[in-house]
Amino acid sequence: MAFSSEDLSIMDSIIKRYPRSRSAIMPLLHFVQSKAGYVTNEGIEVIAQLLDLEAAEVTAVSTFYTQYKPTPVGEYHVGVCTNTLCAIMGGDAIFASLKDHLGIGNDEVTADGKVSLEHIECNAACDYAPVVMANWEFYDNQTVESAKELVDSMRAGNPKPPTRGPNRLVTYKEASAVLAGLNDGLAHEGVQAGEPTLLGLKISKEGK
Amino acid sequence: MTKLAPVLSAYWDEKDSFTLEGYKRHGGYKASEKALTMDPDAVIQLVKDSGLRGRGGAGFPTGMKWGFIPQGDNKDHYLVVNADESEPGTCKDTPLLMANPHVLIEGCIIACHAIRAKHAFIYIRGEITHVARRVNQAIADAYAAGILGNGIDVVLHVGAGAYICGEETALLDSLEGFRGQPRLRPPFPAIAGLYARPTVVNNVESIASVPAIVMNGAEWYQSMGTEKSKGTTLYSLSGHVVNPGQFEAPLGITLREILDLAGGVRPGHKLKFWTPGGSSTPLFTDAHLDVPLDYEGVAAAGSMLGTKALQIFDETTCVVRAVLRWTEFYKHESCGKCTPCREGTWWLVQILRDLEEGKGTEADLAKLLDLCDNIMGRSFCALGDGATSPITSSIKYFREEYIAHVTNGSCPFDPVASTLFVGAGA
Repeated sequence: MAFSSEDLSIMDSIIKRYPRSRSAIMPLLHFVQSKAGYVTNEGIEVIAQLLDLEAAEVTAVSTFYTQYKPTPVGEYHVGVCTNTLCAIMGGDAIFASLKDHLGIGNDEVTADGKVSLEHIECNAACDYAPVVMANWEFYDNQTVESAKELVDSMRAGNPKPPTRGPNRLVTYKEASAVLAGLNDGLAHEGVQAGEPTLLGLKISKEGK
Repeated sequence: MTKLAPVLSAYWDEKDSFTLEGYKRHGGYKASEKALTMDPDAVIQLVKDSGLRGRGGAGFPTGMKWGFIPQGDNKDHYLVVNADESEPGTCKDTPLLMANPHVLIEGCIIACHAIRAKHAFIYIRGEITHVARRVNQAIADAYAAGILGNGIDVVLHVGAGAYICGEETALLDSLEGFRGQPRLRPPFPAIAGLYARPTVVNNVESIASVPAIVMNGAEWYQSMGTEKSKGTTLYSLSGHVVNPGQFEAPLGITLREILDLAGGVRPGHKLKFWTPGGSSTPLFTDAHLDVPLDYEGVAAAGSMLGTKALQIFDETTCVVRAVLRWTEFYKHESCGKCTPCREGTWWLVQILRDLEEGKGTEADLAKLLDLCDNIMGRSFCALGDGATSPITSSIKYFREEYIAHVTNGSCPFDPVASTLFVGAGA
């Protein structure tokens, strides 16, 4: 795919956020993923040209960070936390059952291109363990069954909404645009906090 | 009994707490208005007097950090907020930003004024889309309202899944557009930080604590906490407890007190081990329930307050499995720059994997400790040091459990018993 003149003007606006252009590499890589679904060679070349770098310099950055994908992921990229706490609370069982249910392994995509699977590290939601992420949106307090239902809903083209996030699950490309710093207008959707976040405040208001 | 003291979290239960309107309803942006009329040095002095210490793990006094920025040097200065929350167990900045991003922006304005910076960058980890969305919208709303853009600019920068970028100099390299690898210090960021300019790097919670200090004064902040650990902070309770969640309390509360409020360890089970401040802080056991959770108290008991990430594990949990998983994490996240960390964490995983599967020997324990000894303090940053914490502390408290894996020839625990949905037919 080629980048349109509109894409290039967005990329230019991303570069202008920074005092020095090279700082824009990371949001530009997120932007490339928002267009292509992964980091394409063409995307690397365009970034290199815009920032006056060698393609190898951009590639060196891209390959350092696990969120920049060298091959296409699914429309819905599912991450199961298998760091210690989530793993022990059920994350290992969830990850094993999703692999089995989807018939794919770690870092693989279903044949219909809908769902990809990855075991992820601690995602800063331990009070909601076990945690599953989809396109980096929160699915809190998961079980083996709820996680299977989640991926089934994705494959049926009607994914369940995140527990703390917008009213609908955006696609991987749409989420990548948010990570590039673009505004999708969905910030006001979803709860301000889940119950565990508010627990201490609630107890405090009870006078404790 | 220590009482909870919600300051940062005071209005999180209001549905629109994350909006500009919701924030202003409770005096939002009054503190920055006030601070901008003050002499910058007076703001630094106020934060020094408050006793606020860094909430990202190290506990360095915030005002003192600000005071290190050279003045009158005719160079650009920068504020960089570390929102790369990734330490296993740590989950305080993420809910804070989701519920109230404006308090961070207001803190940025005050801090920029104090250190004479025109630019602040908020470096958020890349795996939390909705938080990036909320912060970005809050910045846009602050610009639209004329709160930002009058001499102070705030830019959101989203990471891409590297734990190492939570280390402040790796974060700076990443923000400059390079692979996130730590720098040798000195020079410290206060002298040569972002773009080799004087830079303050602060944790989200540290900066978010500043507006309340400006409004209520240093004495008010000093009145909470313990002798050297002042103020309130977010304690994040997770794991095998009845009610996990965020508890904002004065520094010095104990795990026993927090567990009481949270309904205790899950019914029918008892506390086995826990982390006071994430996986990089040495493990505690049920012998440490009454340790005051402040910087000094936790250090005196042999660990670190860290990020106040209280991960609770009950007796169904295999400590070898837990430590192996953390070690796999450090191995995966080691940036590869320093040999002791890059190679050492790889060997730690091999040995622990054998031990967990019952294929290890007692001599492996000595080898693990020897490896840890050769990693600790021998790399540019603290990632390698952190990797040794769960290993050395678990061998100290649970050596017999390691040995049981050796004599059994397998892990004596049933992983199903430690899941949340055990008995739920899952």
